Amino acid sequence: MQTQSDRAEAAARKAPPAAAPRIDPTTVVGWGVDADPENDPTWPMRDRAGDDGPGMNWSRPALQTAEVEILASVEHKARPATMGTSVPPRGLSGVLRRQAFRLSESQWGHWLLLILADRVNTVEGLLDDLGRGRLPNPLVETGVVPHARSREAAAATVVAAGVVLTAAVLLMRRRR
Amino acid sequence: MLAMDYRGPRRVRIEEKPMPRIQHPRDAIVRVTRSCICGSDLHLYHGMVPDTRVGMTFGHEFCGVVEEVGPAVENLKKGDHVLVPFNIACGQCHFCKQGLFGNCHESNPEATAVGGIFGYSHTAGGYDGGQAEYARVPYADFGPMVIPDWMDPDDAVLLTDVVPTGYQAAEMGGIQTGDTVVVFGAGPVGLLAARCAWLFGAGRVIVIDHHEYRLDFARDYCPAEVYDFREIGDPVVFLKKITDIGADVCIDAVGADASGNAWHTLFGKKLKLEAGSAVPLHWAINSVKKGGVVSIVGVYGPTGNMVPMGNVVNKGITIRANQAAVKRLLPRLVEHVREGRIDPKRIITHRLPLEEVAEGYHLFSSKLDGCIKPVLIPNAA
Repeated sequence: MQTQSDRAEAAARKAPPAAAPRIDPTTVVGWGVDADPENDPTWPMRDRAGDDGPGMNWSRPALQTAEVEILASVEHKARPATMGTSVPPRGLSGVLRRQAFRLSESQWGHWLLLILADRVNTVEGLLDDLGRGRLPNPLVETGVVPHARSREAAAATVVAAGVVLTAAVLLMRRRR
Repeated sequence: MLAMDYRGPRRVRIEEKPMPRIQHPRDAIVRVTRSCICGSDLHLYHGMVPDTRVGMTFGHEFCGVVEEVGPAVENLKKGDHVLVPFNIACGQCHFCKQGLFGNCHESNPEATAVGGIFGYSHTAGGYDGGQAEYARVPYADFGPMVIPDWMDPDDAVLLTDVVPTGYQAAEMGGIQTGDTVVVFGAGPVGLLAARCAWLFGAGRVIVIDHHEYRLDFARDYCPAEVYDFREIGDPVVFLKKITDIGADVCIDAVGADASGNAWHTLFGKKLKLEAGSAVPLHWAINSVKKGGVVSIVGVYGPTGNMVPMGNVVNKGITIRANQAAVKRLLPRLVEHVREGRIDPKRIITHRLPLEEVAEGYHLFSSKLDGCIKPVLIPNAA
């Protein structure tokens, strides 16, 4: 017997229908009789004089070569000509981001996966720092302590962390 | 080079990063002379914008000196001091040809809803921004404008986003002579929106916020009638009382980080189940008069928000919104600055070295020390 998830999977595999044949507007009775170019709530933001019709029919800029992995929206017909190359996807957050980009911008799952990836990425950032022998300094990074006093802030962070750790160890010993 | 480095919500630091390179024939490399922290950067800083990756450099309001140009850039040369619109726009796609430079279709692979924006997450194209000593500027033959000799760089840097966004907020309101305009938010964009409302002929300008020092500034700078929403009870009822039938135009100049409603704070800011806290939009819809206009320039995330759509229909409200098309507005705004009708640099309260970027975010985010607009100045500026 076919389960609900089987049916959903089968529907997902089904190719989308081909676009329906276009209707020639001039064949429609009454076409354009109430057209009013003054009725344009998009003016002056949108200058319709520059509208050259539907579709991607403009002369495209030269295409930037993608030197890093670029995740592109599935809603694009063609990848835009330029792109930022800051921080390509990697690690567990990268896996989540790649999954997110299988979904359209219209799907909440797309955005929720990206937010989840951002949170995972924050932890990855901390681990990266530690892996490079760098102790992140929350007092300076949150701006609470001025950059100029970062050495004192680092010392204070280490002392505070030491105090908390010692207190935790003593507390655990006492409980035993 | 030194650049701001995002480490996670509410954590940024200064970091040594590789110099940007020409990656496209229409690129330029700019040595940054001024770079602002924008209110919408705070949405990134607070972790509210999806696909904000650790290691990215923010900053979409900057100006600088051209250091290098790609082979297709003929209108700029090394040494030109330029202001760089926050929109990355090709100038030749369907949308750019119609002046919709915030909606360019050739600058953002990651999303179709918005064009590329410098330093504004991968949802806006994954470009590193200008809170750095140097920045890569795509489509440099189209976007940047050489700063006129007479213009102060502090004014120029504010023409990259905050002034055009405030101006377009008022423009989208379709303000008619004598109209009552309510601006929600007395941050930099709200201040400029209120100031510009007068240029369109408003008869009355009201600003709502809850930071007293900002309201004091708005009273004098815009100028405007100002109200602290914590002191007026239900802001919608209050606005109806003082306008009889509601405002002609309401402008949301706050966006995702708004305060004032526990429900929106919980779902929008804490649980992230809304695309930010839509309090001002909620109030705008409910306090604009029937048949009025709501203009939105406050930035929200890409998911959805709980706002009273039934009232939009029943009241016959027109909603207009967009990222400001900076390039389209610049000629007029330069004229306004030259004639003294707008004084952008007056909103700058803090000038900090780039190295102090973390303090800048902290001050701005926590509304400390009377902060309205912080500007970062790299050593090499």
